[in-house]
Amino acid sequence: MSARGSGTAIRLADCSKTFPNGTRALERITLEMRGGETVVFLGPSGCGKTTLLRVIAGLESPDPGGRVFFDDEDVTVLPIERRNVGMVFQSYALFPNMNVEENIAYGLKIHGAPQAQRAKRVDEMLQMMQIGELRERRITQLSGGQRQRVALARAIAVQPRVLLLDEPLTALDALLRERLRIEIDVLLHSLGITAAYVTHDQGEAMAIGDRVAVVDRGAIVQVGTPREIYYKPANAFVADFIGTMNRVRGTVRDGFLELPGGRIPWIQCGEGTVEVLFRPNDARIMPPGEAALRGEVVQQFFLGDRTRLHVAGVADRMVVVETTEHREFKVAERIGLLIEPDTLLRLKD
Amino acid sequence: MRARENRNLLLMVAPAIAVGAAFFLLPLARLAVVGASGPLGPQAYLKVVTNAQYFDALLSTIVLSVAVTATTLVIAGIAGVFLERNRFLGREALLSMLTLPLAFPGVVVGFMVIMLAGRTGIAGELSSLLGAGRLVFAYSMAGLFMGYLYFSIPRVILTIMAAAEKLDPALEEAARSLGAGPWRVVRDVILPALSPALIASGAICFATSMGAFGTAFTLATDIKVLPIVIYTEFTLLANIALAAALSMVLGIITWATLASSRALAGTTAAAAG
Repeated sequence: MSARGSGTAIRLADCSKTFPNGTRALERITLEMRGGETVVFLGPSGCGKTTLLRVIAGLESPDPGGRVFFDDEDVTVLPIERRNVGMVFQSYALFPNMNVEENIAYGLKIHGAPQAQRAKRVDEMLQMMQIGELRERRITQLSGGQRQRVALARAIAVQPRVLLLDEPLTALDALLRERLRIEIDVLLHSLGITAAYVTHDQGEAMAIGDRVAVVDRGAIVQVGTPREIYYKPANAFVADFIGTMNRVRGTVRDGFLELPGGRIPWIQCGEGTVEVLFRPNDARIMPPGEAALRGEVVQQFFLGDRTRLHVAGVADRMVVVETTEHREFKVAERIGLLIEPDTLLRLKD
Repeated sequence: MRARENRNLLLMVAPAIAVGAAFFLLPLARLAVVGASGPLGPQAYLKVVTNAQYFDALLSTIVLSVAVTATTLVIAGIAGVFLERNRFLGREALLSMLTLPLAFPGVVVGFMVIMLAGRTGIAGELSSLLGAGRLVFAYSMAGLFMGYLYFSIPRVILTIMAAAEKLDPALEEAARSLGAGPWRVVRDVILPALSPALIASGAICFATSMGAFGTAFTLATDIKVLPIVIYTEFTLLANIALAAALSMVLGIITWATLASSRALAGTTAAAAG
């Protein structure tokens, strides 16, 4: 049943969460995470994704009726200290009164592991995270990236059933974030551990998640692989939250979708006015004479690996397209656009 | 350039040095000299240790202050963290009530202890009603202990609340996720984080108890704590040299406590980063 065969499956059933002040943070969440799978909870701040993670961790209990399972074990009433979860926090949360080695060994000490076994495991962790030279350091002497490595080592050292990461990279600068993101991805998959990863960064979610769960106002609005989320958003919120999405309005007539800049074959059902969506990289730039849709460049942004154009005249509003062509575009330049009919999306309301 | 800056700096701190010398260093030096200028000479200082009466007073003052400090830290430490973490009806009122003792002079605190545990006090009324005889402990070390506790707790609670506010809740959650139960979290996370505040406020508490006079004087003049003994030697027996020597000893012990606590709190604060 599990993708990698190891790891604890997590199941949430009807988990709502209402805080004492009446704030409703979660709306009847039901979700299954396969053993060994990394699920990223993605959403804007305040959407409830962190609360969801805390319910899995056992730091918050769901409202009556909600259930949390680790494999077949109902852990709903188990406090966090008895769930055997590893947690990694945005603020690192390393113990300032202990050095690196003591931080990593802390969980093992609590579990009563003998000295020799602790030392061996700490060695393994230091090696795995490539921080052997930091063993004796005080926490205040570490950089942000080093702190997060120690925090990961500390969480993994006790061989937790599941690993829970709450915005672990948010406090780091862009370059380091990218590097650690790759390391964490490799680490999670080599450990085969089930991981729940919370972030507001869509790029991070796409890169790390086996599946991404998009959270909006306390509810999971879509769960799927990064590609499903990106190319087949379930609703307008997902479409707008992830990446750039063009939304245009046109009229379907005689098997064509008619837009102000021309018409393209329409293979879906429906007549009359429709709203369709497409990604900037799903429109190909052509010479104006060869394309069904024509418009005028309003602005261009050179992004290094690609150029982003704002194009007017194609649709009822400005559309954004991206091209990997090396040439520079001119403002007011006429261009043609080719959009494959099957990349056009219609949302169910 | 450099020399000029130094000269300007010296000019600016000169008034502070003058005031410090006039009202602090000179009297202190004079006190030290007076202590050694009685009929006993410098031996007066030795007498503080060799004379059973003085030594007992010194010892009981220290024991009382240590007991007050320890009890205060336990009570105020728990209450401070609780008050910082919980919001409930009447919390603000409770807080301002708790800080009320800060406004009372020692005499008033002594007066209140007498009303509580004096010969006609509430404690006595209650205990005799219960048939346990009239409970009177105001005029003893126990009464003094109560009084000191009463005015020590507010200071420590406020300091602890300020420190508890800065505790990162993620630290406790991290410890719990690693399997630490509540006591373990207190021992490994909360106490280390609060220790600079506990040490600093404990030292102030100790110093205040060592030197407090008003409450002891109100309760009874025959409670043998050092400030009372100094008062008796100085005012009633005109034994000025010995009073000065006792004062110096009291001052040095208190100063040493404050200084070492500052050093200790400094290192733990650095460790708590």
